[in-house]
Amino acid sequence: MSILVNEDSGVVVQGLTGKEGAFHARACKAYHDTRVVAGVTPGKGGQLVDDIPVYNTVAEAVAEQRVNVSLIFVPPAFAADAILEAAGAGVVLVVCITEGIPTLDMIRVKTSLARGRTRLIGPNCPGIISPERAKIGIMPGAIHKRGPVGVVSRSGTLTYEGVDQLTRRGIGQTTCIGIGGDPIPGTTFIDTLALFQKDPETRAILMIGEIGGTAEEEAAAFIKREVTKPVVAFVAGRTAPPGKRMGHAGAIIAGGHGTAGEKVHALLAAGITVADSPAALGETVEKVLKERS
Amino acid sequence: MKIHEYQAKGILRQHGVAVPRGDVAYSAAEARDIAVRLAGRVVVKAQIHAGGRGKGGGVKLADTPDQAESLAKAMLGMKLVTPQTGPEGKVVRRLLVEEALERDREMYLGLVIDRASERAVMIASKAGGMEIEEVAAATPHLILKETVDPSLGLQQYQARKLAFGLGLDGALVSQAVKIMMGLHRVFEATDASLLEINPLVTTTSGTVLALDAKINFDDNALYRHPDLRELRDLTEEEPLEIEASKFSINYIKLNGNVGCMVNGAGLAMATMDIIKLAGGEPANFLDVGGGATADQVTNAFRIILSDPNVKAVLINIFGGIMRCDIVAQGVVQAAAQVGVKTPVVVRLEGTNREAGQKILKESGLNFTVAEGMKDAAEKVVSLAGGRR
Repeated sequence: MSILVNEDSGVVVQGLTGKEGAFHARACKAYHDTRVVAGVTPGKGGQLVDDIPVYNTVAEAVAEQRVNVSLIFVPPAFAADAILEAAGAGVVLVVCITEGIPTLDMIRVKTSLARGRTRLIGPNCPGIISPERAKIGIMPGAIHKRGPVGVVSRSGTLTYEGVDQLTRRGIGQTTCIGIGGDPIPGTTFIDTLALFQKDPETRAILMIGEIGGTAEEEAAAFIKREVTKPVVAFVAGRTAPPGKRMGHAGAIIAGGHGTAGEKVHALLAAGITVADSPAALGETVEKVLKERS
Repeated sequence: MKIHEYQAKGILRQHGVAVPRGDVAYSAAEARDIAVRLAGRVVVKAQIHAGGRGKGGGVKLADTPDQAESLAKAMLGMKLVTPQTGPEGKVVRRLLVEEALERDREMYLGLVIDRASERAVMIASKAGGMEIEEVAAATPHLILKETVDPSLGLQQYQARKLAFGLGLDGALVSQAVKIMMGLHRVFEATDASLLEINPLVTTTSGTVLALDAKINFDDNALYRHPDLRELRDLTEEEPLEIEASKFSINYIKLNGNVGCMVNGAGLAMATMDIIKLAGGEPANFLDVGGGATADQVTNAFRIILSDPNVKAVLINIFGGIMRCDIVAQGVVQAAAQVGVKTPVVVRLEGTNREAGQKILKESGLNFTVAEGMKDAAEKVVSLAGGRR
């Protein structure tokens, strides 16, 4: 098993006719035949991009094709609208890659999604991959391998780093999710941890956090309460100065809070293994897997 | 994005929030003119993007226009050091001259995004004039909160609740409610990420006013606020960070001697961390962007090497979809173009890694090729002069 996406997932790409959308749709399709079955660009309905039919609206794409996941590449000014369009058309999983959506827009989007059954991953994220089953995002497929570890992260390339370290040690992954670097993410650490806990194939979890907010502290409390599988955590930004946004909109130490030190402390206090070095992610997961087997 | 107090008060005034009468002065003569117009005792306030200005001597009272002029003369151009500026301080280039008021009580009022509840939250406290984080830590019972429903906005009853909670009565309650409602309008209208009135005061003549004002805007929303973008004061920002932002490079200057060039923000932070673990100090945070193209690498080299403290550079690129040989070609081209003399350690990961490493080794340039993050960090720290 894997979580959220697998070989049955049918994907519509919003923004398929754009440069990025077309490039990554191709890469997703090329990865173990991920079912990318439709695209949406308003005004370009009827076109084809690599045999993928383009529709004017998500509703049309859903009516014509077997679609349950949307992958969004539209620019930030239109992305909130695109998410709501996908949810309105009944798409159950929306993966939004777009970086730069205003925070107040995201608050409204999440309020609206809370009333329905659509889950959002991102924005400002690399997407989600269930190795050797389906890739719905911009991550390099080749570094992944099917196996027992669930990976969840607020980062993009640092996730690849963690996954690569696992794969090099022969440790595969059930599903890898980038929840994104924004202050208001669609899916949180807790949402993902709950899914990994329920997934029978997942035997351990690698959670990669960073400075800003309290998501890691909330995850620590949740893990202590609900997660019986071993969790290895890493928090990026121990050397980050206060008051500065470290690239990601959500990575900022504000009012003295959101430091890596506080987060590591909360994770350790909850009995979670914390890797000190970003070079030791794979090694640490390997160790906890051995201890539990 | 941050703005000055006088700019924040201008925005508040437009939305019906009561603020003292006053204006901005760029010279002592202008400060005098404003004091004459205000006709009475004035306060001269240094305008810098940092709090705690009073403690550093950046807020002073003047009884006459002459006094305002001489205070302004002394303050303009001075380096103001406050608990928030760091020891190097900030040069004062603008002043706010406004009417001095006989205050009765000092309170706190703020509106922030609470990331845990994913809502805007209005915060009020009787303990004004102090850092709200300190109040929250020492006397949490003095913190009042009202969560804003995003589909309704702040409601009158919520504002009343806060006003009564602050111990206000009579006409002061409705004045405070008006300020709170106005504050929420400003928050929505400007896509603010933080709004603080500290202190919110009552005067002996029975009015409620915002005596200080701080607004931060959501950088992601600035595209739809061209008028707010005009308020940016570049003299308040680190010149290298401004230069980097022109090329969509995220750069933050730090105090170490190991320059970093990384693709992706999380990996960039982790790279800084591992430099520290190896006994060195990072000179900067730099996210060169997902692609790491030759142009971007060239720009990044220029920015990193403009910092005279940099003794060695670590390039850490997780190629991913971008092939390593292409990245390596870009790095070589950029280093040659910029004329890089500083030792550079390169760690490349992803497709065609070996081909990329070969290109670097055969370039004839001062590159050290590393395997993995740990090796890269150790090599670069040693090249920068060893552990500190």
